[in-house]
Amino acid sequence: MLRRPFFWIIALVIAAFAGLPAIGNDVELRESLVLACVYITLASNLNLMLGYAGYINFGSIVFFGLGGYICVWLIYSHDWPLVWSLLAAGAGVSGLALVFGLGILRLRGAFFALSTIGIVEGVQAFAENFTPWGGSSGIYISPQVFLPLGGSARALWVIYFALVATMGASLYLSYFVKTSKFGLGLLAIGQNEDAAAILGVPTPRYKALAYSASAFLPAIAGGLYFFKSAFIQPSDAFDLTLSTEAIVICMLGGQGTVTGVALGAFLYEQLRGYLLTSSTFANFQLTIAGVLLLLIVLFFPAGLMGFIYSRVPAAKKVLE
Amino acid sequence: MGRRICCRPRPLNLMLGILASIIDGVLVGLVYGLAAMGLTLIWGVMDVINLTHGTMVVAGMMGLYLLVNALGISPYLTLPPVLIGGFFVGVALYWIAIHRMVGRPPLMSLLSTFSVNLILIGIGTAVWGTALFNVEVSLPGFSLGRYTFPGAHILAAVLAAVIAAALYFFLHYTRIGKALRAVANNREAAELVGIPTTRLLAIAVGTGVALAGVAGVLIGTLFPFTILSGDGYQLKGFIVTVLGGFGNPVGALLGGIALGVLEGAVTPFVPVSWTLVIEFALFVLVLIAFPNGIFASRRGAL
Repeated sequence: MLRRPFFWIIALVIAAFAGLPAIGNDVELRESLVLACVYITLASNLNLMLGYAGYINFGSIVFFGLGGYICVWLIYSHDWPLVWSLLAAGAGVSGLALVFGLGILRLRGAFFALSTIGIVEGVQAFAENFTPWGGSSGIYISPQVFLPLGGSARALWVIYFALVATMGASLYLSYFVKTSKFGLGLLAIGQNEDAAAILGVPTPRYKALAYSASAFLPAIAGGLYFFKSAFIQPSDAFDLTLSTEAIVICMLGGQGTVTGVALGAFLYEQLRGYLLTSSTFANFQLTIAGVLLLLIVLFFPAGLMGFIYSRVPAAKKVLE
Repeated sequence: MGRRICCRPRPLNLMLGILASIIDGVLVGLVYGLAAMGLTLIWGVMDVINLTHGTMVVAGMMGLYLLVNALGISPYLTLPPVLIGGFFVGVALYWIAIHRMVGRPPLMSLLSTFSVNLILIGIGTAVWGTALFNVEVSLPGFSLGRYTFPGAHILAAVLAAVIAAALYFFLHYTRIGKALRAVANNREAAELVGIPTTRLLAIAVGTGVALAGVAGVLIGTLFPFTILSGDGYQLKGFIVTVLGGFGNPVGALLGGIALGVLEGAVTPFVPVSWTLVIEFALFVLVLIAFPNGIFASRRGAL
């Protein structure tokens, strides 16, 4: 594994994310990279389902929001330290995904996609009605919680590095899964599920495992993100726009590729930043995301990496 | 949506209350069935799940609101223009988003209609925001003891049944309808016997979207709405389709009634935000137990 150049490319990306804002103590750059980290984490994990196994998950935001809720709640009412809260959030959400996955992944293709919308509704209804989570007004945590991390200024850096680590872990997870036997099984499911099952791929188990694995890191990213803003409420935590954007990013970069999805996330984040600040397009962010997605689906289903592979075939050997 | 028309029963006249609650469930359910009809038609004919469906229902509502306010006509006179306009919008939708996706993995048509929906919702919210719109309709209601059912709601339920019957006759007794069923059953065989499948698929999407618009007009006469109101009807549409069978208009009405009565039965006991979750649990359970829908005989039979 260590001999593969792609392993070191990922390491380089992580080092750049961690190092560039830290060198100049550049807070503005750091804040824009926070969002890029979240996008890359969400999209890379969604890619395990969408790109590898060929299953659309419209509700990937649930992992992020639920992780955020569990983490903030454990810190707020049980005074857990951040690290344990994050791990509990990741493990809890991943476990729930495994249980639900074993149920709804018996549904194939489009039916699964529709049930993921149901999961979003269910989790949102739970968060709104579960009294310890503050209902629709959410949970505020006091800035006191930043003290163990050395005050709020330093805490923001710590959270940022943790987010970069989560992003890096997501990229390595995508990479290792893709080069493993498990990943080969998932890709086979994506090509033809019946044929995969006949050839001995344990399809229900693999799909549920992929669904559960794709929940862990987004949950941790959610925990970090909402710990950082010290506030969580259902409309932010389960904002369906983020789910949508994760799908756009996967398709933009090239579903099923590790590099493409990361690149797509980074490009989309830049585009979004531009659109939000432009006076003409500020109200049309969704519309532009929609046009982009439609054009990709219609004309470039292989995405950015498909274009790069066709122009530079040698890239196939290096980039996954 | 989800708003109950009559009040809850008291123990004294429980029987009357239960009866009223069932009538209420049936009335709401017929509207759900009508809202699902366009979705289930497209789904049944070409195995494409039209994720713009909810937005098309809202387009019907907006058509109603704009026409009534601009021309001052009766709300029910907006049905013909919305029907015709919806048909052409649907044909356009077919050529833009669906034509290249037919026969490809369902993932691709889901994504293409999803992206068209994003575009429409984006434009809609930029123009109208999320303001609440309301169209006043005053028709004499029907009373049962202390319970009153609004006239507009009864008329909408009756029209829903009439439209379902019309769609059934269209599919079973007209040339185009029979050809559509042939295409649904086996596209290649239909092509071989000389049926112009592409044109028929465009007609199917046009009809589906026209039905969504008509449902929007009728629902718009009952409840206030926003640009985003379509989501709920679309989600219920999935459940209705699965309950009633793919592309089956009568099944859609029965599925809608089942959903409406179920909602009436659970509303007193759980918060409103849980109803959709219960319905989705039902969706998953039904799909696992009856992969072709409860009221369906077999897939592709339409």
